Amino acid sequence: MTEAPRRTALDALHRALGATMTDFAGWDMPLRYGSERDEHVAVRTRAGLFDLSHMGEITLTGPQAGRALDHALVGNLSALAVGRARYTMICNAEGGILDDLIVYRLADQEFMVVANASNAQVVLDALTERAAGFETDVRDDRENYALIAVQGPASPGILKSVTDADLDGLKYYAGLPGTVAGVSALIARTGYTGEDGFELFVAPGDAEKLWQALTEAGAEAGLVPCGLSCRDTLRLEAGMPLYGHELTTATTPFDAGLGRVVKFDKEGDFVGRAALQAAAERAASAPPRKLVGLIAQGRRVPRAGFAVTAGGEVVGEVTSGAPSPTLGKPIAIAYVDAAHAAPGTEGVCVDIRGTHEPYEVVALPFYKRER
Amino acid sequence: MSNPQQLRFSKEHEWLSAADENGVATVGITEFAANSLGDVVYAQLPAVGDTVTAGESCGELESTKSVSDLFAPVTGEVVEANQDVVDDPALVNTAPFEGGWLFKVKITDEPDDLLSADDYTAFTAG
Repeated sequence: MTEAPRRTALDALHRALGATMTDFAGWDMPLRYGSERDEHVAVRTRAGLFDLSHMGEITLTGPQAGRALDHALVGNLSALAVGRARYTMICNAEGGILDDLIVYRLADQEFMVVANASNAQVVLDALTERAAGFETDVRDDRENYALIAVQGPASPGILKSVTDADLDGLKYYAGLPGTVAGVSALIARTGYTGEDGFELFVAPGDAEKLWQALTEAGAEAGLVPCGLSCRDTLRLEAGMPLYGHELTTATTPFDAGLGRVVKFDKEGDFVGRAALQAAAERAASAPPRKLVGLIAQGRRVPRAGFAVTAGGEVVGEVTSGAPSPTLGKPIAIAYVDAAHAAPGTEGVCVDIRGTHEPYEVVALPFYKRER
Repeated sequence: MSNPQQLRFSKEHEWLSAADENGVATVGITEFAANSLGDVVYAQLPAVGDTVTAGESCGELESTKSVSDLFAPVTGEVVEANQDVVDDPALVNTAPFEGGWLFKVKITDEPDDLLSADDYTAFTAG
């Protein structure tokens, strides 16, 4: 059965802007409005405005909400301070990644979990099941939020012009409730672009008003609407993993080089602990494959699923690839056998439709903003 | 967008100019195709001297999201490839019918199903 894709509260606006739309995880989302490269450059140098309303919000409330999350997720969420956010993951009992998440602690007894659209139902079901023994309510809040992101070096100035909230006091990976352009919002200093920026969770009915206000406030600074295409190249340059590419149920956080999100020293047991401990030891002693960056010497673009080769043998697989607007060359993230994964390893190629094109192995990320 | 009246079009979204007195015509991709691809970042064009066959792949165009085969709209010998596009593939997006042309071919045979501008416009609208 195929259902018609869902539309966000900003759908009419995207169409009026002439967006090229695409089906993404069951949602009809803007892929790009004009040139995706121009949108990418705008976020790196000025600011971009994104509709991310497809993301899945799940709220946990109650005296044991933090304990429930400690059990359900790999992180130590009960230790999170009110007003702060954390990047974490939810794994299955085998340690495989079900999704990567951002969790915001909104109040002492209230947490908001933000899941990828493609996994939101899986995460909701798992959280509901895993929280059953705790004093907490798990609430599906997907219909209650639209999500608008303003990202890029000009974004603090733009947002300041439409809010009285203390943005200077808002650190990276923090969130606070406030009013933006007359609209109630959760203002979070988070993003998926490698730039400074904000994500604004608002009621769907307020989304259009907020979008228009930000568009006007950002006009002088060169803010442009941005689609999912540049979001992907931005996160790729920033070395940020994408579920379904770098992260799958077949990989553990340690395989992905993100073992730091797993907190073994927290109180109580958590789903996947034993398997993750084994994965941690395996990664430390004899890692099978490592996640690395690849930079093309030529101009042909590697894509997810392409083989990484050395001496004609397959030594890995590309998980994401794209032309990098910042580097001016094609780049990729790939899982590569440990023997070929060290930065500077000679003779590593990507099999691009039968031709083994030479690639340089580098450490991730490809791009890091100056702070 | 409007498709120039003096061109003919393939259903694979290439355009073909009228042949000159030597039987040489210019080939490019349409604005419709360029918009569908998104930003073109790499163009692999047929080399001078190559024989291309109508309806068969003769190169590739790579964009941010995907790679697409370039199909020859006619059969013939390639007499020139557009080095400007190789150097700056974005020309395909900014000027698909002009500076973003791809190659010139001395026609030996052409299919009978090339479309007029109006028929191609109707084809892409449907």
